[in-house]
Amino acid sequence: MGSIVEWIDVRYPMTKMWREHLSEYYAPKNFNIWYFFGSLALVMLVNQLITGIWLTMSYNPSAAGAFASVEYIMRDVSWGWLIRYMHSTGASFFFIVVYLHMFRGFLYGSYRKPRELLWLVGMFIFLCLMAEAFFGYLLPWGNMSFWGAQVITSLFSAIPYIGDGLVEWIRGDYNISGVTLNRFFALHVVLVPLVFVGCVGIHILALHHVGSNNPDGIEIKQHKNSQGIPLDGIPFHPYYTVKDLFGLAVFLIIFFAVVFFAPDLGGYFLEAPNFQPADPLKTPEHIAPVWYMTPYYAMLRAVPDKLLGVMVMGASIGVLFFLPWLDCSPVKSIRYKGWITKTALSLFVISFFTLGYLGMQPPTSGKTLLAQVCTIIYFAYFLLMPIYSKLDKTKPVPDRVR
Amino acid sequence: MKLLSARIKNKNSVTARAMLGVMGGVFAVGLLVGVANAEQAAIPLLKAPGDITDQASLQRGAQLYINNCLGCHGLKYERYDSIAQGIGITDEAGNVLDKVVKDNLLFTGDKITDPIVTAMATTDAEKWFGTAPPDLTLVARVRGKDWLYTYLKSFYHDPSKPWGTNNLVFPDVAMPHVLVSLQGIQEPRYVKASVAGSGSGASAAGSVAEAGGGTTEKAVIQSLELVIPGTMTLEQYDHAVADLVNFLSYVAEPVQVKRQHTGALVLVFLGIFLVFSYLLKREYWKDVHH
Repeated sequence: MGSIVEWIDVRYPMTKMWREHLSEYYAPKNFNIWYFFGSLALVMLVNQLITGIWLTMSYNPSAAGAFASVEYIMRDVSWGWLIRYMHSTGASFFFIVVYLHMFRGFLYGSYRKPRELLWLVGMFIFLCLMAEAFFGYLLPWGNMSFWGAQVITSLFSAIPYIGDGLVEWIRGDYNISGVTLNRFFALHVVLVPLVFVGCVGIHILALHHVGSNNPDGIEIKQHKNSQGIPLDGIPFHPYYTVKDLFGLAVFLIIFFAVVFFAPDLGGYFLEAPNFQPADPLKTPEHIAPVWYMTPYYAMLRAVPDKLLGVMVMGASIGVLFFLPWLDCSPVKSIRYKGWITKTALSLFVISFFTLGYLGMQPPTSGKTLLAQVCTIIYFAYFLLMPIYSKLDKTKPVPDRVR
Repeated sequence: MKLLSARIKNKNSVTARAMLGVMGGVFAVGLLVGVANAEQAAIPLLKAPGDITDQASLQRGAQLYINNCLGCHGLKYERYDSIAQGIGITDEAGNVLDKVVKDNLLFTGDKITDPIVTAMATTDAEKWFGTAPPDLTLVARVRGKDWLYTYLKSFYHDPSKPWGTNNLVFPDVAMPHVLVSLQGIQEPRYVKASVAGSGSGASAAGSVAEAGGGTTEKAVIQSLELVIPGTMTLEQYDHAVADLVNFLSYVAEPVQVKRQHTGALVLVFLGIFLVFSYLLKREYWKDVHH
């Protein structure tokens, strides 16, 4: 055994990598529950890749065959139903886990120097995730797939001069059609996953270069022992591998409870109109995206002008990229920030959830007004941050991790 | 007798208008029309009874379906033999009883391994009904069990329609009341109700007269009353519809019983895994001091 490892190590930095990234990667010892979601996001990625590969083996990417092939997977393929439900439930859980992972960054200032690039790469991963979800949602070729893609691609027509041509270029047709389905399939199973996995690799490399933040927002590398090991750090393996294993067990219980007992989750994970094949002549009564896209969709609808609405929706994601430079607080963690930041973050969370709810509902004048208010709060949280994060009274940050 | 006011959206009218519904009376059908927002587009639905593990019910439902529905509505994502397997038309070893299936469910020239398709051509269907009757394999997942149950109990006599029938749940539906020989004929009973707003949208039936101040007086359906009995009693018909809906629920997702059974085993395993992973974590973390 030892000689095999030695043989490989001469030719490939296997042991070196193991040490750098696991057994001698020192992570702060005070991670709390919020720190489970990074590794869980990785688990969800692997879940989507593996179940996705197996779905591809039986799926037929054509307008004539797509819907029937999904039912074929659900009925005739051995365990096909389980693979499909793990993939469809996995999509929603991927977003849940990633939203919690991002919120952890909000809480503890994980995007602050020197982790700006880590945050930016993470944001690119988030874009990949949304692109995967959007392209993948068309593939079952249900009626909501069709009309959802119809609505979202038509948004590009709001762009002046090139809009209509651009929509046609994206769809590859005058309408959503088998051509669109085929190219979305290519993007969903080849291009986006490649970029996705690459970005995840860079994200982890960047993390291991700068080191993990922690709930106190203290840089553990500032206090090292004589061997250069952070005093408040513990090796990722075995400490966090066994801790994450426990987190994984809890997560899988919740995940598989949904997969086996409520794969539709009352229409939130799998929508009823999507059990009808795509029909260009039959518009669903109420077109809404899946829950994870609804906050942005609500912001889009909150703006009366189409082009402005599209810009606001784009900006709602775009503004996240600037977060590292918007936060001017002298401290990283919410634990040492003052009431202004805490209030602002609470309002942000409430408005985000409210927008998520409103995006699922048919619009009424009252709901549109509420969406407008929430959109303003959403943007105010970011755009006023340079001011309030400076004004806010902070508590002194201890030297060492508690 | 329970009285509830209702607002029902008429799908064919832009402005949805209200209806009143009443349940009760010896002959009044157990159809409950409760309070619903006009935007929710539906009358409150009855709860569909039915147990997906009750194979006798599924078999009765399959028989009803093949005899009454398959003429127009296929179940093209399912096969005769897989349905037979799923609803328990098997011997003790679990092999499908081909002869029983052929005698009771398979009346076409199809093989037992073939998908359950309707013999009606789409072009004919469009000519006859204006629209091709949809395949119903997944209808229980599109509409929901309660919708189907209520729908099948909500046909009533309406001479203004091509087939002489209309439906409370699906106004102006293109489908005739196929189960009329079993249920009998229901007549609507109207009540005058004044509702706020403009009266441009005609409700399921009834005359509309403008009253002052934007309120409208119109006749709305209060209840459905069985006037000509069918071959079944009310109770028998309810059971038959429940069986049919139960069967459709099975067909929409044949794996659901196995799914829950497997799920229970998976969760038991994960529960054990949880205990061991916790013990492992605790053991390692003993020497980490906070």
